[in-house]
Amino acid sequence: MSAQPCRLAHGGRIDRAQALRFSFDGRAYTGYAGDTLASALLANGVSLLARSFKYHRPRGIHSAGAEEPNALVTIGRGARREPNTRATAVELVEGLEAYSQNAWPSLGFDLGAVNNLVSPFFSAGFYYKTFMWPGARGWRFYERFIRRAAGMGAVADGADPDRYERIEEFCDLLVVGSGPAGTAAALTAARSGARVLLVDENAVHGGAIARGTAGADDALAAWHAAALGELRETPEVTVLERCSAFGYYDGNVVGLVEHCAGHRPDRPEGIARQRHWIVRAQQVVLATGAIERPLLFGNNDLPGIMLANAGVCYLREYAVCAGRELLVYTNNDSAYAAALAHAAFARVAVVDTRQEIAPELVRACAQANVSLHTGSAVATAVGSRRLKAVRLVGGEALPCDLLLTSAGWNPTIALHSQAGGRPVYDGERQCFLPGSAREAWIAAGACSGAFDTGSCLAEGRDAAQKALARLGVTPADIELPDCAPAFALRPGPQPAPQGKCFVDLQTDATTDDIELAVREGYASAELLKRYTALGMGTEQGKTSNVNALALLAARRKEPVPAVGVTSFRPPYTPVTMAAIAGRKQGARILPTRQTPLLGWHEEQGALLGDAGLWKRALAYPERGETRQQAAIREARHVRSAVGVCDVSTLGKLDIQGPDACALLERACVNRWSSLALGKARYGVMLQDDGFVFDDGTTSRIGAAHYFMTTTTDRAEQVLRHLEFLLQVLWPALRVHVCDATEQWAGIAVAGPRSRELLLRLFPDTVPGLPFMGVADAEHAGLPVRILRVSFSGELGYELYVPSSGGEALLRALCSAGDEFDVRPYGLDAMDILRIEKGHLTGSELDGNRTLADAGLARLAREDEGFIGAALSRRPGLLDPGRPRFVGLEPLDPAQSIRAGAHLVAAASPREPDESLGHVSSACFSPALGRHIGLGFLAGGDERQGSVVHVADPLAGTHVAARVVSPCFVDPAGERLRA
Amino acid sequence: MIRLRCPHCGLRDHSEFTFLGDATVSRPGTEAAGDLARGGAWSDYLYLRRNPRGVQEEFWHHGRGCRAWLVVTRNTETHEVLDTRLARDRGDRA
Ligand SMILES: [Zn+2]
Repeated sequence: MSAQPCRLAHGGRIDRAQALRFSFDGRAYTGYAGDTLASALLANGVSLLARSFKYHRPRGIHSAGAEEPNALVTIGRGARREPNTRATAVELVEGLEAYSQNAWPSLGFDLGAVNNLVSPFFSAGFYYKTFMWPGARGWRFYERFIRRAAGMGAVADGADPDRYERIEEFCDLLVVGSGPAGTAAALTAARSGARVLLVDENAVHGGAIARGTAGADDALAAWHAAALGELRETPEVTVLERCSAFGYYDGNVVGLVEHCAGHRPDRPEGIARQRHWIVRAQQVVLATGAIERPLLFGNNDLPGIMLANAGVCYLREYAVCAGRELLVYTNNDSAYAAALAHAAFARVAVVDTRQEIAPELVRACAQANVSLHTGSAVATAVGSRRLKAVRLVGGEALPCDLLLTSAGWNPTIALHSQAGGRPVYDGERQCFLPGSAREAWIAAGACSGAFDTGSCLAEGRDAAQKALARLGVTPADIELPDCAPAFALRPGPQPAPQGKCFVDLQTDATTDDIELAVREGYASAELLKRYTALGMGTEQGKTSNVNALALLAARRKEPVPAVGVTSFRPPYTPVTMAAIAGRKQGARILPTRQTPLLGWHEEQGALLGDAGLWKRALAYPERGETRQQAAIREARHVRSAVGVCDVSTLGKLDIQGPDACALLERACVNRWSSLALGKARYGVMLQDDGFVFDDGTTSRIGAAHYFMTTTTDRAEQVLRHLEFLLQVLWPALRVHVCDATEQWAGIAVAGPRSRELLLRLFPDTVPGLPFMGVADAEHAGLPVRILRVSFSGELGYELYVPSSGGEALLRALCSAGDEFDVRPYGLDAMDILRIEKGHLTGSELDGNRTLADAGLARLAREDEGFIGAALSRRPGLLDPGRPRFVGLEPLDPAQSIRAGAHLVAAASPREPDESLGHVSSACFSPALGRHIGLGFLAGGDERQGSVVHVADPLAGTHVAARVVSPCFVDPAGERLRA
Repeated sequence: MIRLRCPHCGLRDHSEFTFLGDATVSRPGTEAAGDLARGGAWSDYLYLRRNPRGVQEEFWHHGRGCRAWLVVTRNTETHEVLDTRLARDRGDRA
């Protein structure tokens, strides 16, 4: 067993029988089960753990809890590497690997420490002032250097191998914090029969009882152990440790993160690493305790300087005495516990800023051989990488290797503040107390300003009783143990600090920074925070906030409440993104929609891709073909023979009712009263603002029965829009709109031989079906709706059949006769075919196009009776100079163009020129044997036949193209009417 | 984390709903087209919102439930929901 020089032979909650090996920066150490990484490093005499954020100053452990500002380390390697972890919150496990961060080349010799020598240049607002020069490029030039020098650990390599979960929980009472107050509250509620959730962020329950800061009280410890045992046995009670309440949200929702597996070296299969709880609590008792704040003095960041309660905690819980020569520097009574507890193991002196000390404390110090300096103050700490001594204000030097400090306690009111309670300043206790509750919570214990254990216990019980009464539950009473009265907490004066003094250890914000911020006008609490980054690290102002406000108030010669308090926002402690995501990762981020024909596509070897939530067949590559080659072959086959394509993703709306036609006339720009039974019409909807919303085909199935198809992209929006019209604008219209998208499979059959093919299956229906005709037929006992419409420009049909019969119909089409050579075509080929024909998709109808822009003006009725009519006639939209729908042909047929490229007049990419429009779609056209594109061009109608330049700086191309009609193939429409 | 009591479906999480906005805006009749150039009633209807701090009537759509459009009375400051009813029950609005 290697020596742990600072470990005591006896005592503590650690298990000396279970030695654990771990490493820090590659060096091997040994600790015990029950240690944190921080306590184990202290036991091994390791005092230097980190380099500071801005100045790379040496830093050690400052606290024993979630408030730790200094000791940020990286845990683990590779995909499990977790940076910026507080060493005080990491439970020691066998084989743990920890690394320091923000130091190069090593922690002991850090080149970045040169920042410390030039620190005047790194003062508050330094980034804003310095790196904006010269001009706007300045920041971009400097940023990569700064990011490397200032900052935090590196993120993990590769995907996170661990599993995360999310759980929704409901309870009568949520108790946050299992110290004296929280435990009393939970026990009261449990005895009353309520459904209770008790959570604590630490591995060991008990708060101050477990940390040893509630005094060495055996009766109290026994009561707590019994209470916790009873709570764990009660069926309606859930007790969670390692579970941090990080956010308080509207509707009394509290977010928790439970660490389930990180402390288990075996990493058992199937157990989530972290679990994200979303708790809807009827009532909440916030018993979150308090965090000590330090007195400020020069060089107060040296390793060896800690909060007083941290010293007690390391001594009592972990049996670590982190120094041989202890100085306690305080302005209040609470730190005397630290002095007296250490007296048996170290030489102890107390420096108290107050003149008058309670006689019983003076007596206790004398008995324990603790020397006392009253009415005195520490001016500065002395040492280079570790504390060696302090110099008092009078000049006297006191040697010490450990300094424990206390300036009083800050109630932990982050959750209270998130839940709408504006903090209230208490001048006597020099701290902020929770404001009045907006959500249903009650504060109990130290977080409400009760700093003695007896009051905490009583407040916890009373809070639970009050919460239960609000729920109409008769509250039970519980017996509480007697506690010795604690020291009263009335902090004395805080002498003004001297020298380089850090207010926020984590962000390296100093007293000088606050002074400078005030001088430059950033004198309110919120502005100060932004200008100096004070309280913006993972520490979130837990130890620094009140000290900063006190300094700001002193500088402005105003009381603390007058300078304001910064508000708290979630998360209270850091939360990994993976815990928020839970199981919604990878393919589970969003639901996947499958068409009824997906299995068939896979069987055909289709290349599948995402279209919104849908999985669609992009192309069906044959041996050795690329995706583009396959699409070109498929498109060519449709123009020469016949192809089939899955169009099930189109939105399908069944519209019925006596006023169905009236609804269509109001929703669309077209005339519908003239649509005969058994006919279909291409329809367009506008938005209220006059721009095109969506297009599709609507068929008249019965006298008061229509069948509308929408684009795949806008299906949900169109349905919601029609529902809005029917429910909000015109509820008197007698119409029902029903989404039938998933009820019908859709198959497009296109090509010159499509009619011959369909004749085999539907000999009675197909012969008499004219272009834009609709008829109902039957196949294999299921109804089939046949529309003679064409998106490809070829003779074409769309077949709709109930989803269950989709695959059978498709197989029947494919095997209807070898002579037709029926081949599937995918989304890519469909896109080629429609670009060749100049048909519009969402690429063109992007929400910024008028009917005239898109070449659809002829469809609109003259009257004002449709959505968007009024604003479609506003002057700006009637401007003839607006970009118009055009076709584009590169002068060099082998040159390709890309969607997104801009259209300019200038022939050279070096000439800066204004954009005349853009390319919306482009492809290689097998029908024309060249690249073509569609787009919008200012004055497009007048520019027909002229040449524009397609500027694509991302691709590095600048291509001359002729402006042509967007309909490249069969402009007379003879093929589709054949 | 707001929950809404849909008149059809009961108390449901906000993730089932889509928010649209102010439900008190009045939609101009077609005769209002004349003042377009001056940015009249239509412009107000489409683009102007009061954004109050306090109680507001607003449209929500129960898209992952019964697909009803609701008029929800909500306090924008506290997120307290005071009332939820069917938009349909208000009668024609245009
Ligand atoms: Zn509903």
